[in-house]
Amino acid sequence: MTDAKDIKPILELKALKKSFGDNHVLKGFNLQLFEGENLVVMGKSGSGKSVMIKCLVGLMEADEGIIRIKDQDINILGQVELDILRTEIGFLFQGSALYDSMTVRENLEFPLRHHKTKLNITESNEELVLEALENVGLADAIDLMPAELSGGMKRRVALARALILKPNIILYDEPTTGLDPITSKEIINLMRTIQKKYKTSSLIITHDVDCARVIADRIILLVDGINYIEGTYQKLIQSEDPKVKAFFKS
Amino acid sequence: MMFSPKVIKLRTKSFFIEVGDMSFFALRFFKELFSRPFEFRELLRQCYNMGNRSMLLVGVTGFILGLVFTLQSRPTLMEFGAESWMPSMVSISIVREIGPVIIALICAGRIGSGIGAELGSMRVTEQIDAMEVSGTNPFKYLVVTRIVATTLMLPLLIVFGDTVALFGSALVENLKGEVSFTLYFNEVFDALQYSDIIPATIKSFFFGFAIGLVGCYKGYFCSKGTVGVGEASNAAVVYTSMLLFIIDFIAVFVTDIFFEVQ
Repeated sequence: MTDAKDIKPILELKALKKSFGDNHVLKGFNLQLFEGENLVVMGKSGSGKSVMIKCLVGLMEADEGIIRIKDQDINILGQVELDILRTEIGFLFQGSALYDSMTVRENLEFPLRHHKTKLNITESNEELVLEALENVGLADAIDLMPAELSGGMKRRVALARALILKPNIILYDEPTTGLDPITSKEIINLMRTIQKKYKTSSLIITHDVDCARVIADRIILLVDGINYIEGTYQKLIQSEDPKVKAFFKS
Repeated sequence: MMFSPKVIKLRTKSFFIEVGDMSFFALRFFKELFSRPFEFRELLRQCYNMGNRSMLLVGVTGFILGLVFTLQSRPTLMEFGAESWMPSMVSISIVREIGPVIIALICAGRIGSGIGAELGSMRVTEQIDAMEVSGTNPFKYLVVTRIVATTLMLPLLIVFGDTVALFGSALVENLKGEVSFTLYFNEVFDALQYSDIIPATIKSFFFGFAIGLVGCYKGYFCSKGTVGVGEASNAAVVYTSMLLFIIDFIAVFVTDIFFEVQ
């Protein structure tokens, strides 16, 4: 078996630091995501998981550290290059973040407007939108407004939107938060199906232990701004470390 | 203490920081305005939303404005036997000053607060972040289109509102003074000069720009959840109203230099 260290990561964070005044949220966080991998970052609320993922896509500026996606350092990219790089990343927001003045169809067409030609996508918008919606089982909702959708349906549409440009990397920010257990399971299964179908690499931010158990190839526990422990789900639940035990026991 | 030197110093500092931030926001607008890609479709949608959907409000306000203004002025002019001056007095007042200011204030309430609330709720529900992550420049798509739309639509709304106000005034004169509409509008066109119309039109572009700029600025940098959305919407109206009077003052001052107001 090839050692993970021999493979080049598709996404890499090195010594990431981010503070808000005196509140030092990230104190040198490191992460490597490999091709086809499902990496879960866990940590309690307020531990800096969302800050980390926002730094990763350039929504927040890190104070220090290196962020490298597909061999490109995002700190030195210009706006145009960053926008092109972002088309290779799908982002599922915690609250779905659907554009509420647009229909489901328009929400999905939105990322296609400027990038379809650049990415050499030949299918029509209609085909792409339908394919993405069929992937999440919501082809019938194409002309509905976001306000007409349930929480689970919104999350599915948001996932379809994240997939529309066929990205290599998908970032999930708390994909199951606020959903009932059955819908959560459906979303988790959907994430697995999509990963298998499109061979994407996924970075999942969550505090949902069940979600991590089902989907994670590897888990990083973010505690006090650093990667406290790293390993498979089995390794982490067997850990005798009090902080790790407290997290998984709760 | 509400007016202690420390509080005054802090408030003055935050005021200048806010003015500085808004100036940078305005500079960014001009920078993004001329760079590709251009969001024409969204611009047209915003023009329709802001222009067409404000017409009823502006029309009703303008009509009542002309009606009331004429009704209130009539007794005084009659006292001096100067009713014949009514069309020229009303038209000059409305076109030069009252029309643009009142309609701009109405639009600050309707359009400015709407922009503040819309962008604010988009910010707190991460829709603006989602736009950015999808590789679309949200400043260009949301801010530039809205500021351009308000700048272009406000002069049209003001012309429309002024016209309806003059009809309201003509109606009062027709009913109370038995002056025909033809005679009334002949008097109006005799009284109005280019020096009345041009400065008022130029001023209305600035009014539109101010409404769009403040609404977008407040909404785009909204924080603190739903409370922040309310604050952004409210601040957009308050700040814009204040800014409209400042622009009006400057406009009158400049007009006085170039057109020698009589």
